[in-house]
Amino acid sequence: MRRPIRVLVAKPGLDSHDRGAKVVARALRDAGMEVIYTGLHQTPARIVEAAVQEDVDVVAVSVLSGAHLTLLPRIAAGLRDEGLDGVLLLAGGIIPDEDVPALKAAGVAAVFGPGTNTDAIVAFIKNWMEKGGADAARDRG
Amino acid sequence: MRHATGAELAAALRAGDRRALARAISLVEEGAPGARELIQAVYPHTGRAHVIGITGSPGAGKSTLVSALARAYRREGKTVGVVAVDPSSPFTGGALLGDRIRLDGDAPDPGLFFRSLASRGQAGGLSRAASDVVDLMDAAGREVILIETVGAGQSEVDVMDVAHTTVVVTMPGVGDEIQAAKAGILEIGDIFVVNKADRDGADTAVAALEMMLDLGAGVVSVDAGHHGAGALAAPAAAPQPQMEGAAWRPPVLKTVARDGVGIPELIAALARHRAFLDASPAGLERRRRRAADRLLAVAARMLLERLARRDGRLDSLAADVAARRLDVYSAAEALLSPHPMSSQRVVGTPGTDKPGST
Ligand SMILES: Nc1nc2c(ncn2[C@@H]2O[C@H](COP(=O)(O)OP(=O)(O)OP(=O)(O)O)[C@@H](O)[C@H]2O)c(=O)[nH]1
Ligand SMILES: [Mg+2]
Repeated sequence: MRRPIRVLVAKPGLDSHDRGAKVVARALRDAGMEVIYTGLHQTPARIVEAAVQEDVDVVAVSVLSGAHLTLLPRIAAGLRDEGLDGVLLLAGGIIPDEDVPALKAAGVAAVFGPGTNTDAIVAFIKNWMEKGGADAARDRG
Repeated sequence: MRHATGAELAAALRAGDRRALARAISLVEEGAPGARELIQAVYPHTGRAHVIGITGSPGAGKSTLVSALARAYRREGKTVGVVAVDPSSPFTGGALLGDRIRLDGDAPDPGLFFRSLASRGQAGGLSRAASDVVDLMDAAGREVILIETVGAGQSEVDVMDVAHTTVVVTMPGVGDEIQAAKAGILEIGDIFVVNKADRDGADTAVAALEMMLDLGAGVVSVDAGHHGAGALAAPAAAPQPQMEGAAWRPPVLKTVARDGVGIPELIAALARHRAFLDASPAGLERRRRRAADRLLAVAARMLLERLARRDGRLDSLAADVAARRLDVYSAAEALLSPHPMSSQRVVGTPGTDKPGST
């Protein structure tokens, strides 16, 4: 039996609340995933370290503060440095459409803006896992 | 790394590779094929860590305490591993693992390795997985290993058997001593902590615990209440050593984990308990008992896997039982029999079997 999908839900930066992240965390749990929730004010380095230690398939990051263009590329680079390029990096929160291409170029697989139905996030992750998840991503190079 | 063999992972994690340790933990958690090879490879390098269980009611401050203890041990220069166990949903299999929230600091500390485990609802599987995870962390050189679980349910109590020292955490105002007694929490504690001592009622809670500990067992022997498969293995185990003077009376301490108050005293009590285990015959007995529990659990799992695979007899016997051609006890005997299935098996006629006849 394959283990449940493991997801790190993380909240970097100075955001003062994490309601959205908690809603996503609960939705993923209800979809049968093991969700590791880190709480507020995580530095990119700590998020990467948590991803290493928890051996997750997915890192889902929520940013409301407007600092997404600095925080997310740092997390993506950190994951690469640790050899975790296979991990699926997702972003959510308040992210303007015009910033999405830059984030994707930096290694973010998908961006889920405000008002995204959590079902869409669940479906995206499950679809990615069905295609082989981190293993396939690694084999594709 | 994803496709490394057990032996490769074992070598890498012993050399301090955190990713290898993380992968290895996933393998033993899944009970994956490489897991056995992995534990075989690391086992000679285990046995050095002090394994401390932290259990107690939801919200009592276990994670905050774990974080405070980890910080204190790190200040002493010791490396720390944490295993935080939370329940999986029996319906979806999902889990929300939130104990990392209480970790603090901006930069990750290479001397601290924290892993969240979901209980994944297998009977007995959780303590097997936890034992294996502890071995991996131990082999990776972690000097102190802290295991957090919510103190509710048999599997959580079983997990505490993995620990050398079990700390039971409570808080003022929970007040239900009867509940504690019922949950068997009194028997498993080597050290009791009343956390949130900044709140009213801490002294009352301490007094109530002290009284129950005195009433409950007079002086609690180190293995009182430790149970499980070891009890079944009694004939195989060494005769009960004389426990002259080898008694441990669990201390009751007050902490304010959030502010680090009472942590040095708790660290001192943990060191005393470890020294007690090392010096007393009770400690040796406890190690043997734990080994017997673990051995039986692993053997039982192997046996189940073999029985399920064995020459199709599970299917045919199950069909007999379902059709009431055979009772389940006789079928189990036949399943376990070392002999090939006999064709002229004696089959009872439904309704004529006497209870107890075999
Ligand atoms: N007043 C007070 N609050 C505390 C203390 N220690 C922890 N808390 C708070 O108690 C709450 C629960 O703390 P946790 O450490 O998450 O408790 P836990 O036992 O791990 O909780 P679960 O894992 O959910 O069962 C948090 O809001 C903590 O900040 C303390 O010493 N005093
Ligand atoms: Mg906790």
